[in-house]
Amino acid sequence: MIRFENVTKVYDQKARPALDAINLEIDRGEFAFLVGASGSGKSTFLRLVLKEDRASSGAVYVAGQNVANISSWRVPRLRRGIGVVFQDFRLLPQKTVFANVAFAMQVIGKSRSVIRETVPEVLKTVGLEGKENRLPHELSGGEQQRVAIARAVVNRPGILLADEPTGNLDPTTSMGIMGVLDKINQNGTTVVMATHDDDIVNEMRKRVVELRNGVIIRDEAKALYTSMIPVVGQSRRLRDASGRDAQPVTTRAEARAAAEHQL
Amino acid sequence: MRLQFILAEIASGLRRNLSMVVSVILVTFVSLTFVGAAGMLQLQINQMKGYWYDKVQVAIFLCSDGSTAAGCATGPVTAEQQENLRKVLASPAVAQYVNDFQFESKDDAYKHFKEQFSNSPIVDSVTPDQLPASFRINMKDPEKYQIISETFSSQAGVETVIDQRQLLERLFSVMNAASLVAVSVAGVMIVCAILLIATTIRLSAFSRRRETGIMRLVGASKMVIQLPFILEGVIAAVIGAALASGTLWAVAHFFLGGYLSKQYPDTAFISAGQTLILVPALIGLGVLLAGVSSLLTLRRYLRV
Repeated sequence: MIRFENVTKVYDQKARPALDAINLEIDRGEFAFLVGASGSGKSTFLRLVLKEDRASSGAVYVAGQNVANISSWRVPRLRRGIGVVFQDFRLLPQKTVFANVAFAMQVIGKSRSVIRETVPEVLKTVGLEGKENRLPHELSGGEQQRVAIARAVVNRPGILLADEPTGNLDPTTSMGIMGVLDKINQNGTTVVMATHDDDIVNEMRKRVVELRNGVIIRDEAKALYTSMIPVVGQSRRLRDASGRDAQPVTTRAEARAAAEHQL
Repeated sequence: MRLQFILAEIASGLRRNLSMVVSVILVTFVSLTFVGAAGMLQLQINQMKGYWYDKVQVAIFLCSDGSTAAGCATGPVTAEQQENLRKVLASPAVAQYVNDFQFESKDDAYKHFKEQFSNSPIVDSVTPDQLPASFRINMKDPEKYQIISETFSSQAGVETVIDQRQLLERLFSVMNAASLVAVSVAGVMIVCAILLIATTIRLSAFSRRRETGIMRLVGASKMVIQLPFILEGVIAAVIGAALASGTLWAVAHFFLGGYLSKQYPDTAFISAGQTLILVPALIGLGVLLAGVSSLLTLRRYLRV
């Protein structure tokens, strides 16, 4: 479903590449965690899949198609096949839950009857029945993230990208969100989730791809957050420094930078 | 559904940015009014030129019933006198200065008069008898007017010889200068309008960056994302153009038609209806400047 062939991404010629000759294949229906410290290249990976950025070299295939060959007016079609969820939810504050989810269908021209039929179904899948008419600020963080997931999957994309979806949530709520993502994965959607959350990764026992400094250093099926094979020279302290505690601040800044970059 | 969505987006955009939209309307209104004023001056010049202006330079008016000039002592021009004048015009002494000449009978004169003064109340009170017949002369060199004037002023049956061009040219040069001023003011205002529209669209795009960001992510097409912004600018500009058109019409109707044409009944003024031919041009110009400036802005601030 997603295939990276020798992909390198350089933002700044003088600095080291954000991604350095990455080779990776994620199959249809798979659930994969993308782990690694901030700046390891997780977000760059996701941006390349969405064709937000172009690979400096190498080829990115999404659903069998080389994204470099997709003309700019066809990029929207590519993005309709990919749902995205963020750490900061990105809901529209003045729209109700229903309207937020319906928005994703309206803008691609779905008819009103289809919207009326599909949205409640999807809201049920993510566990938000009866909350259609709430505004985002009336919901808890976990519920807001569920709305964002509903919006991401309402157009039935083949791929769901999640960029630290549990970064702002407490462990219990996070597990709830993981349940939703797992359910979506069971329905056949390929899920790629970038995360720092070791508890979740350890709990889920899915494929784990670990990036460090733009290079894949581990790719294991049914794995844990940290390798079961000890890496020489990697102390406990190093892992903590790049781990969860330092993470929310930097990633929020990252998210803001990304949002500004899009404008 | 998509159309309905785009319309709703436009409406919410206009509401959110109301003060900016009003300023865009006013700036396009003022700039297009100046453009239209220049157009109206040119229309008025054309109207005053009448039938003969671009074809001939000198007119020899012949005596008619009420003429009091010295050459008309014998009463209205006779067929004999007329034939004599025609011979003089064709004689080598005069013909060397003349490209071509035409005779305008009283009936022709009436016809041309009616055309030129169609907007003036005077047209109803004039009959063909009151208008003089004339010879209209196209000069090889308009500067040689004096020769024609000296030759014909003293001929029997000639009331007066007039160099029409000279009479009107001074007035036209003033009007042309005025329309030039109007066009330059309009030019500055149009630059203003383009910058203002660009700023408005930037603000609008900024205040809706959440929506547009989500639209990009879920794969909305470029048209769905950008069209509301472009149309916002276009709608504001069209309203401005409509106001400008209305103003020009009102000036033609109330000022030219209602006031000036009564003050100067012997001048041909354009009618209010004639200014309407400027309306499509003004609206087209408004749409063009809004469209161009929004396209340029969106390319920078609303990447898809």
